[in-house]
Amino acid sequence: MNARRRLLALLLCGLPFGALAQGFAGLGTTAEGFAIPERGRALTFPADHGPHPAFRIEWWYLTAPLTGEDGRDYGIQWTLFRSALAPEERDGWSSPQIWMAHAALTEPDRHHVAERLARGGIGQAGVTAAPFAAHIDDWQMTGTPGKGIDQLHLTARGKDFAYDLRLEASGPIVLHGDAGYSVKSPKGQASYYYSQPGYTVTGTIETERGTVRVSGQGWLDREWSSQPLAEDQRGWDWFSLSFDSGDKMMGFRLRDGGPGFTSATWIGSDGSAKPLPDGALTLEPLETTTVEDRAIPTRWRVVLPAHGLDITVGAMNPQAWMGTSFPYWEGPVTITGSHTGRGYLEMTGYE
Amino acid sequence: MLLDVRSVTKTYPGAERPVLKDVSLSLDRSETLALTGESGSGKSTLLHLVGALDGFEAGEITLDGTSYSQLDEAGRAGLRRGAVALVFQQFNLIPALTVAQNLAFHARLGGAYDPDWTATLAQRLGLADLGSRYPEQLSGGQQQRVAIGRALALRPRLLLADEPTGNLDEATGDAVLDLMLDLVRDTGAALFLVTHSERIAARLDRRLHLGSGQVA
Amino acid sequence: MTRWAFLALLSHWRRQPLQLVAMILGLALATGLWSAVQAINAEARASYAAAASRLGLSQGPTLTSPDGTIPSDTYVALRRAGWQLSPVLEGPIRLGGRTLRLVGVDVLSYPALPDSSALSGIAPLDVLTPPGRLFASRVTAEGFDGDPRLVLSQDVPAGVVLTDIGTAEALLDRPGALSRILVLPDQPMGLAPLADLAPQLSLSSPSATSDAAHLTDSFHLNLTAFGLLSFAVGLFIVHGTAGLVMEQRRPLFRTLRALGLPARHLTLLVLAELLTLALIAGLLGLVLGYLVAAALLPDVAATLRGLYGAPVEGGLTLRPLWVLSGLAMAVVGAGLAGARGIWALVRLPILASSGMALRSVASGLGARHLALAGLALILAGYLALRLMPGLTGGFVMLAGLLLGAALLLPLLVDACLQLCQRRAKGPVAQWVWADMRVQLPGLSLALMALLLALAANIGVGTMVSSFRLTFTGWLDQRLASELYVRAASDEQGAAIERWLASRADAVLPLRSAEITLAGQPGELYGVADHATYRQNWPLIASEPGVWDRVAAGEAALINEQLARRENLWPGDTVTIAPDWTLTVAGVYSDYGNPKGQVMVSIPALVAHHPEVPNRRFGIRVDPAKSEALARDLRQSFDLPEESIVDQAALKASSLAIFDKTFVVTGALNVLTLGVAGFAILTALLTLWTMRLPQVAPAWALGLTRAQLGRLELCRSLALAAITALLALPLGLALAWVLLNVINVAAFGWRLPMYLFPADWLRLFLLALIAGGLAAALPARRLHRLPPAHLLRIFANER
Repeated sequence: MNARRRLLALLLCGLPFGALAQGFAGLGTTAEGFAIPERGRALTFPADHGPHPAFRIEWWYLTAPLTGEDGRDYGIQWTLFRSALAPEERDGWSSPQIWMAHAALTEPDRHHVAERLARGGIGQAGVTAAPFAAHIDDWQMTGTPGKGIDQLHLTARGKDFAYDLRLEASGPIVLHGDAGYSVKSPKGQASYYYSQPGYTVTGTIETERGTVRVSGQGWLDREWSSQPLAEDQRGWDWFSLSFDSGDKMMGFRLRDGGPGFTSATWIGSDGSAKPLPDGALTLEPLETTTVEDRAIPTRWRVVLPAHGLDITVGAMNPQAWMGTSFPYWEGPVTITGSHTGRGYLEMTGYE
Repeated sequence: MLLDVRSVTKTYPGAERPVLKDVSLSLDRSETLALTGESGSGKSTLLHLVGALDGFEAGEITLDGTSYSQLDEAGRAGLRRGAVALVFQQFNLIPALTVAQNLAFHARLGGAYDPDWTATLAQRLGLADLGSRYPEQLSGGQQQRVAIGRALALRPRLLLADEPTGNLDEATGDAVLDLMLDLVRDTGAALFLVTHSERIAARLDRRLHLGSGQVA
Repeated sequence: MTRWAFLALLSHWRRQPLQLVAMILGLALATGLWSAVQAINAEARASYAAAASRLGLSQGPTLTSPDGTIPSDTYVALRRAGWQLSPVLEGPIRLGGRTLRLVGVDVLSYPALPDSSALSGIAPLDVLTPPGRLFASRVTAEGFDGDPRLVLSQDVPAGVVLTDIGTAEALLDRPGALSRILVLPDQPMGLAPLADLAPQLSLSSPSATSDAAHLTDSFHLNLTAFGLLSFAVGLFIVHGTAGLVMEQRRPLFRTLRALGLPARHLTLLVLAELLTLALIAGLLGLVLGYLVAAALLPDVAATLRGLYGAPVEGGLTLRPLWVLSGLAMAVVGAGLAGARGIWALVRLPILASSGMALRSVASGLGARHLALAGLALILAGYLALRLMPGLTGGFVMLAGLLLGAALLLPLLVDACLQLCQRRAKGPVAQWVWADMRVQLPGLSLALMALLLALAANIGVGTMVSSFRLTFTGWLDQRLASELYVRAASDEQGAAIERWLASRADAVLPLRSAEITLAGQPGELYGVADHATYRQNWPLIASEPGVWDRVAAGEAALINEQLARRENLWPGDTVTIAPDWTLTVAGVYSDYGNPKGQVMVSIPALVAHHPEVPNRRFGIRVDPAKSEALARDLRQSFDLPEESIVDQAALKASSLAIFDKTFVVTGALNVLTLGVAGFAILTALLTLWTMRLPQVAPAWALGLTRAQLGRLELCRSLALAAITALLALPLGLALAWVLLNVINVAAFGWRLPMYLFPADWLRLFLLALIAGGLAAALPARRLHRLPPAHLLRIFANER
């Protein structure tokens, strides 16, 4: 399986096999022939809910901290990646579009992961903007016709878990950065980035322990680009936090040799979004856990003075490791400190 | 004179000293001669030379006018098929052949097979009923009687015998020797017998002693 | 104590170096031939297994369609139902003048991709999008190594070109089609059953062995049987020598025992000595086996590829399996050979009468007992065939026949010698025959070895030659068209057909589909209604009006393999597809093809398989004009050289493949005969010390040494001749079993038996040469022996 995993990792980077070290570093490359995000281009919906084949990489990324009727905390992840080997779409096997999806169900003591891969062009995976429908194999994120992405039906299943959830958005779509143009480094690498952070989630999850009714809050991220990382950036720490106060915050740090590059968006309970520049957000690891032979920070201090935020964010299950073609850490978190609430944390590039 | 051995010297390859040195003796027709000597005195070697089984480096042996030194291997083999016959201590019958076949073998090889004579010999040697047996099924005395019969069936002019009773107990040995001497006398053959036994030597016409490779 | 006792034991070898050589060389030869065969088998099997695992051929359950094609939409539908699957599209492809197997896989889902080292420096885009990349091993890539799409990878089995499914779709011109779908091991929970989702597909779980391994089982069984035969022949040498060595050391054993060495201790020492010898010989044998295998493997690989399409590389690697098996055989062989001696040693009394080892007459109890055991073995073999028909029974019968005949040999040879002895006139002749009878017990093992080697030669030679004769005649019938043409596409095929209509006497389309017959892979052929077939096709059984009925689509022809395997004969019915059953109107012979085959009329074939390509044609034309027509055809359609083959070339290449198939058999035959010759030599040499007391009296009574030497040679020649004469009926019996039992079970065809007396004469002479060569050395020694050595026999107690 190793040969295939490595092959996939390289495929998704769109680079010659074996030409670079494994991992996310490959994302930081030039975008020959691919479209580049432009500042000032207005996002239009529902069209931009659909795929952008001219861009190298794109994702539909949904996370939701949940609580079960059994009183236990859970979390689910549903992610569909699109990776283009060439900036075009063709019918049949010769399509250069590759699809990959990850699904996860996190319990306090267990973490279930599944991965799917598909070639574009044959109908095994794809996304349509209106009516909105994203699928790979039998996993799907389907919108109610006429309602854009406000009402979603979300399913996925793996060897030892499955979920079937209904999502209902209660606020507007949030554009990050400059009206959806999100800068990723001081050198100007950027992506298009918008979110729907305010879903109310209900449905069922299933493991070998049985089926549990769950409810909670969901957060959808949409991002596409052709060169999301700078050459020296090695990975990121990304937070989506929903506070009990009704406020929300998206924040990330791109790690490099130095202090890194941070970015955040403060979302008020009314849905208003305030982008914050590099340096406004500070992230400090407090505690690491050994996961898969590497040290992963699983408790963080998150400070955003502009909004009086000084919190500790801790992993619900520190072993929420995504042992997929790209390995990374992703799982639900609990917030304490100046604010309380729940959220999701993703950490990539830890070797 | 039937046999004349004159100044024969024999050295085995690799040996320091000759086993026979300047040995001379002679034997008349129908004469019986006993050669005695210690172990290793060379008496068996002398017998082998007279039997044309082996060559020598100096001197001459003549049998009935035939000079040994003139003979090649085929000539020596021819001599063994006609003029001389041997009886060994070990009997040395041909194990693959029956008693009857053994008795006739040498005579047939020499082209002198006489069925009546062979039958007479078998009768006199007490082998008449044993014709279809194989040598290993016989006692030592019986085997030696076959060997004597095989030799005399050829009607040789000279019979050579090397300790013919050496492997037999005294009573059997005496019986076998009696038979042999009787038959030799009847056929008119000369006998050259090697033995270390004074008692046996005394029963022959003449005796010689071999010591340190020389006849005394 | 142990050390000195061991040294005393070993001192024997210094005085008898020839026995040491015979012992070690015999064991090494036996081990060598055995391990050569094992190495070849292991290599071939490893190739199949590697191919199967690398290509995912046996990686769990597979979905197939009765008509051989699955629409890729079905694949997507099953994927959307949650099933984790991997699609494969494969088919034959002409590359570099050869037909190779193109395997197209979805590189994202395929479970057995080549190692990533082959992929370094290649952009994924190039693999996934036109013109694509072709992965092949160096061996396979010969002939198209200039192709810019080629990527060398040693992970891809020989004869296979691996590519992305998109590339395969274009190259095979089968858009939207799949050959099969692999069901991956990890599936999500709660899936609907495949039988509900895709009832038209059938799910088969391949057995542990791949198709190739299954098809070639009989071939390997043949080789193994030959290896065992060689081993047995080699063991004869060792057995004889070991027995003699033990016999000669009896006085030494007694002395050691008398000096206080416990019997157990002594036995252990002898065992240790035997083990050491076995290991040394075993290692030598392995080296020998490696060399033999390396020399033979390329031909075996070619055979397996040519006859079965089984992928085998030409290279040899040292595998623990056959290294261990070779050493084990050496040790077991030495144990078997020394067992009697050691058993005697355990029971050896310290004091014993100096028992004479010589036996005067061979026809004693021993030979008669052996002969009885031999008859019992032959009978047991016959019963085995009755009780368990098929390949196993056939081989048991062969083993019984060969071993039984070998055990009968001493009695039969002795009877011959006795006859000769009775008719012999002169005393020398009489003595020689009698003497041979005495020698017989010591030589009979070597003669048995010679008998087996000669019988195997005659038997296998008769089979191969009969097969070749039949095969040549069959080729003449089967390849009746003067020219065979292959078009690049169906369109070109149609154009060629039109173009030829006015220029050739007849154009016979050759169309076929791969189907499943009685649960195994098979082929469905379309046959044109033409006199060419009516006159020439090699039918071995048929109903009246067979061709009319086939042309009318009412009946089918099947090949002999299918007929014998499924016991289908004219009048029975054959199921070609679940909804298509036809009466069998005739059975035809179809050599060199392990698969079952059905022939129907072309309209019937097209009706059920509209997708079968129409690109290959046989062309009937006046032979004088065929060359010109081929030239015109090439020019008109710009066809590459290899697209048009004339009948003669096709026959020649078929016969070349045939001959290669039996190169190994021939080589093993010669080697076995060589070993048998060596067995006689060692037997004569080890008997040497016992010979002198037997020839010395004859010498003393007036035979020359030259005569004795010549007689020694004659004896050996006579024994070889008698053995060869006895080997003839045995060899013919062997050939009969091979042709009528083994071949039917292994390949599915019965062959007529032809006799080749010229070959027998050649073998007879070979046997004489082997016997003569073996006796040459002892005879020469006898001729040169100093009289003093002979005289010692008279002087000393032995």
